Amino acid sequence: MTAPRKAWSAAAGEARSGALFVAPYLLAFIVLLLYPLFSGMWLSLHKADLFGGSQFIGVENYTRLFRDAVFLHSVRNTCWFVVLTVPALTLIGLGLALALNNGSRRSAILRGLFFSSSVLSVTIVTLIWRMVLIPDGGLAADLLAKVGLPPVPFLSDAQLALPAIAVTTIWWCIGLPMMLFLAALQQVPPDLYEAAALDNAGRWRTLLCVTLPSIRRTALVVVVMEIILQFQLFGQAQIMTLGGPNNASLPIVLFIYQIGFQRWDIGYAAAASEILFCIILAAAMAQYFAARGRPRA
Amino acid sequence: MISLALKGISKRFGAALVLDEVELQVDAGEFLVVLGPSGCGKSTLLRAIAGLESIDSGTIEIDGERVDHLPPGKRGVAMVFQGYALYPHMNVRDNIAFGVVNVGVPRAEIRRRIAEVARMLEMQELLDRVPAELSGGQRQRVAIGRAIVKEPKVFMFDEPLSNLDAALRSRMRQEFAGLHRRIRKTMVFVTHDQTEAMTLADRIVVMNRQRIEQIGTPSEVYDRPATLFVAEFIGSPAMNILPVTRTPTAAGLQRVRLGDGTGIDTLVAAAALPGDGPLRIGLRPEAVTLCAPGGGQTNAVVEFVEFLGDKTHVHLSLAGKDRIVAVGGAAFPARVGEAVGLKFDPAGAHLFDSAGRNCRWPGLP
Repeated sequence: MTAPRKAWSAAAGEARSGALFVAPYLLAFIVLLLYPLFSGMWLSLHKADLFGGSQFIGVENYTRLFRDAVFLHSVRNTCWFVVLTVPALTLIGLGLALALNNGSRRSAILRGLFFSSSVLSVTIVTLIWRMVLIPDGGLAADLLAKVGLPPVPFLSDAQLALPAIAVTTIWWCIGLPMMLFLAALQQVPPDLYEAAALDNAGRWRTLLCVTLPSIRRTALVVVVMEIILQFQLFGQAQIMTLGGPNNASLPIVLFIYQIGFQRWDIGYAAAASEILFCIILAAAMAQYFAARGRPRA
Repeated sequence: MISLALKGISKRFGAALVLDEVELQVDAGEFLVVLGPSGCGKSTLLRAIAGLESIDSGTIEIDGERVDHLPPGKRGVAMVFQGYALYPHMNVRDNIAFGVVNVGVPRAEIRRRIAEVARMLEMQELLDRVPAELSGGQRQRVAIGRAIVKEPKVFMFDEPLSNLDAALRSRMRQEFAGLHRRIRKTMVFVTHDQTEAMTLADRIVVMNRQRIEQIGTPSEVYDRPATLFVAEFIGSPAMNILPVTRTPTAAGLQRVRLGDGTGIDTLVAAAALPGDGPLRIGLRPEAVTLCAPGGGQTNAVVEFVEFLGDKTHVHLSLAGKDRIVAVGGAAFPARVGEAVGLKFDPAGAHLFDSAGRNCRWPGLP
């Protein structure tokens, strides 16, 4: 056998063993993600009932969706919810990480405390916040009463329901961004801060010119990850408001759930899911392009 | 004129003492190298001067002004870090400008200084690159440029060559020497590499166990080591240190005897030695001359020969089981296991007392 043939054979063997390592995950990916994705796309082109019977109708579900005021309202709600939560989660997470990025015992305790809400289930979180927000004996109502103000019906007021869910979500989800920022901050070489101190940089200048550029990639990951997560708002709205009052807190996923599993119109629900998928895909691609355009460091 | 004065500097990390009553004065324009093994406190000393570490006691003065209460940026010092500490997201121009922008130097002046530094360090073509696009030597130059552009009173270098390969280290040593000649600013350079210390320094501060062992010119610390530590630390191969016993003196100069009975004359005044206690002799390898067996003061057996091109380091075993290193010519004839004769140069002999002090120059710091 000649040398190039031997090399080719070795490379092929390596590729085969590599493929064997990848195969289990690839199989799960195809069966659990890829197949449902394309199956959902195909389903969205049908008028289909959850309990049988489907008819190909082309893009009619999509044209219906863009005329559906409730769906469009849910898209607006979801976008507003993302605007309310993602900047807050990013900035508060960063602020907490900056404040707690030291070796003191107090910071260690506070880090654990702030992260602890993340391990609770959505049911527990929403129960806690219902107890805080309900106007009849809730914590917020008690506090307002102490300063002589009437109770506010946070969850039944069309203007306040979604912000109330946003506050609940921020409280629930703040642990992960904080931890990601903490991990990033601990990767910044200490001698950069020492160089900045010798370069007469004050606290703000050091934050803006040394810290933030050094954790830019993590900030981008946090923003995009939170956009993707918060577009999928479901449990909090389902348990706290059922999307009300008058669909004021109805997010896309709850709309999909109601259409698919309460009205059994799974073709229409699949079409709404595809639109949500496109929105999330756009956010993921934004992460990809932004990360690719990052200057080398 | 005194540029930098340290008076009684002490520093502890918890229970560990890292600087112990350090006293030091550096003249304006002097290139001072702080040399010592890992953990001796030399980097902590540098960081304390820069303000990156607080001090527990003592004072630091720069150009006559007390600065130990000032933050790092207000002390008038610039530092080149071991890992360069360049801001990775800024290009070279912004890296160099950062410190002067922060103190409000006018834009035109900053541009002038950057251009001058870039020309001086031959890095005009690097100004728009980010650090990731530079080699180790180029990053080193940017770090130096960043220090120069601030026009500090004192330059500090924290083992700046330790990340470079041997060839580049040698070239950068020359560049450091050239830079100091050109700008004549006070420089404090920390290293554990004695070659860097010997080649660059106007004076060397040898540190050991958190204290200064000796301050002197390179030739002083080499030829007149104040302590056993300095004697062993400076020089490669290290000075031979052997236990000796005293023998009757002649003309006031102490004569000593090795473990195998070999007598060695020294130029150490007998009166300078302590009345009793063990002594050790220090002999630089070049003070030990190789000759034919029987032709010297004693014989030794060759154990190992290191051929270095222009010379050889010959490791020998004496009859008393003491080991000694001598420097031989490039064509040293003896082979491992063969006997050779040894001659000892009295002018190259040092005597150390039980406390490790060099009795030949008792007045040294």
